[in-house]
Amino acid sequence: MKSSFSIIFFTVSSGAGFGAFILLALFNVFALDLNLNEILIDGGIALALIVAGLISSTLHLANPRNAWKAFNRFRTSWLSREGVFAVLFFPPALIFLGGLFYYNGQRLWWTDLAGLLAAVLGLATLFSTGMIYASLKPIRQWHNPLVPAIYLLLGFASGGVILNAVRAWFGDDSQTITALTLFFLLTAAMIKTIYFFWIGNPAGPTINTATGFTRAQVRLLDTGHSHGTFLTDEFGRHLARHYSFWLRAAMFVLVFFMPGGFLIAWYTGADWLFALGAAIVIFPGLMLERWLFFIEAQHVVNLYHGQQRT
Amino acid sequence: MRLGLLIDLDMCVGCHACAVACKEWNTGATTGPLSDYQPYGAKPSGVWFNRIRHYEVGEYPNNKTINFPMSCLHCKDAECVTVCPTGASWKRPEDGIVLVDQEKCMGCNLCAWACPYGARELDEESGTMKKCTLCVDRIYDEAIPVEQRQPACVIVCPTHARYFGDYDDPNSEVSKISRERGGYALMPELGYNPTNQYLPQRVRAPIPTAELPKAKGSLTDSLKHWVNKMIER
Repeated sequence: MKSSFSIIFFTVSSGAGFGAFILLALFNVFALDLNLNEILIDGGIALALIVAGLISSTLHLANPRNAWKAFNRFRTSWLSREGVFAVLFFPPALIFLGGLFYYNGQRLWWTDLAGLLAAVLGLATLFSTGMIYASLKPIRQWHNPLVPAIYLLLGFASGGVILNAVRAWFGDDSQTITALTLFFLLTAAMIKTIYFFWIGNPAGPTINTATGFTRAQVRLLDTGHSHGTFLTDEFGRHLARHYSFWLRAAMFVLVFFMPGGFLIAWYTGADWLFALGAAIVIFPGLMLERWLFFIEAQHVVNLYHGQQRT
Repeated sequence: MRLGLLIDLDMCVGCHACAVACKEWNTGATTGPLSDYQPYGAKPSGVWFNRIRHYEVGEYPNNKTINFPMSCLHCKDAECVTVCPTGASWKRPEDGIVLVDQEKCMGCNLCAWACPYGARELDEESGTMKKCTLCVDRIYDEAIPVEQRQPACVIVCPTHARYFGDYDDPNSEVSKISRERGGYALMPELGYNPTNQYLPQRVRAPIPTAELPKAKGSLTDSLKHWVNKMIER
């Protein structure tokens, strides 16, 4: 599948932003002794990531004039639901941060409520983004419950890494935040491994069921066009297997091993720059993870272009 | 009423007349002109609603070439309609034709991802998605004679390999022929319930093309054989 940089950036950035915000709202409600400046900086970074991501998501549209109409089909379309939840997220999020700022960190029932409401809407947005891909039946590698699960976990892991880096910069102890982030990294790594094994087995339609000729081997003789089409351009990208292994390994190192190692190192007494390093190194790793997610997905239309199975 | 096409894979010779007729009709139809990219350039490409692909079934010498026209199958449970966020992709309740509203489409490509048959293409000039309209502007046009109120691809087919009709009517041509010849839907396991159906190959003895009997050896036969070879050159 063709992936545009704007979509990869959008999913990584808003995933981290929503993850960070949800964790922040929960930490605030459970009174995790975050000082006010830290909360505001965390919230500011989270909102900046979310806004940057959402703006980026409109850049891949071929006809952005009609983008505002995308809120229309909330009842049936996951893309519509994502847009609605993302927009509904902002008022309670701003009330939460604004209330804390205005009342100088004093916790009031309505700022807590606004924070929790924003967290729920952020969760709904993350889930809807994952479901945009998981709802597509023609793409076997995406039509999988692990896809929204991984997206949520990576959102929390990357958000937690950001919160950790800010905490480390303030020089405070953060057992809970570090432990939680490591837990999300570990779980995401396990589920991503399960996912790779799960999509490794060919299943679903083959060229035989796609064309209806099930009595013998079917081979494409001529594709009917001398050069590319929209379909071959959009769906005809493949990754050679020998690159696939090394790219997946690199992704694991950048997303899980290095940030995890840096966080443990910082927690056991190293410089705060290790925590910052974890936050810096996880983002190119997540971009690589998204890119692999797209390039390893084989749309069923490839069967009509001669592929035997997806 | 559930309008759709019935395509006879036994008769299709792969001439691409249906693709050309579709392209020509839709030059001025409801979705506007279909873009061509570099038509006289190095890599000609473009937006086509109807594409014919050619497959080989079986191993030589027991193989067969099948020509496979594909356009939008106007599925009963069209996921392309479900996933569209703007509501541009819609299915007409009166006849089941799936259309793209060019005023609403924002070109996000999600419907193309949802379509397993590759029916929808992005037109880079307009930035919207376009697809087979089942010639909706032609089949209801009161200004043209009744026999021409069919999709352009059906009328132009020289081998009469395409039929058009109402699948909800059990006595319509498409329903009857599909029942008689064993018409099938593509990839039914995905659950889209496509309306268009395809007719499989008729069972008949293969025509031997290799090892034709040699000329008997008479002088006239040898002379004829030599003259034919000379003319070919």
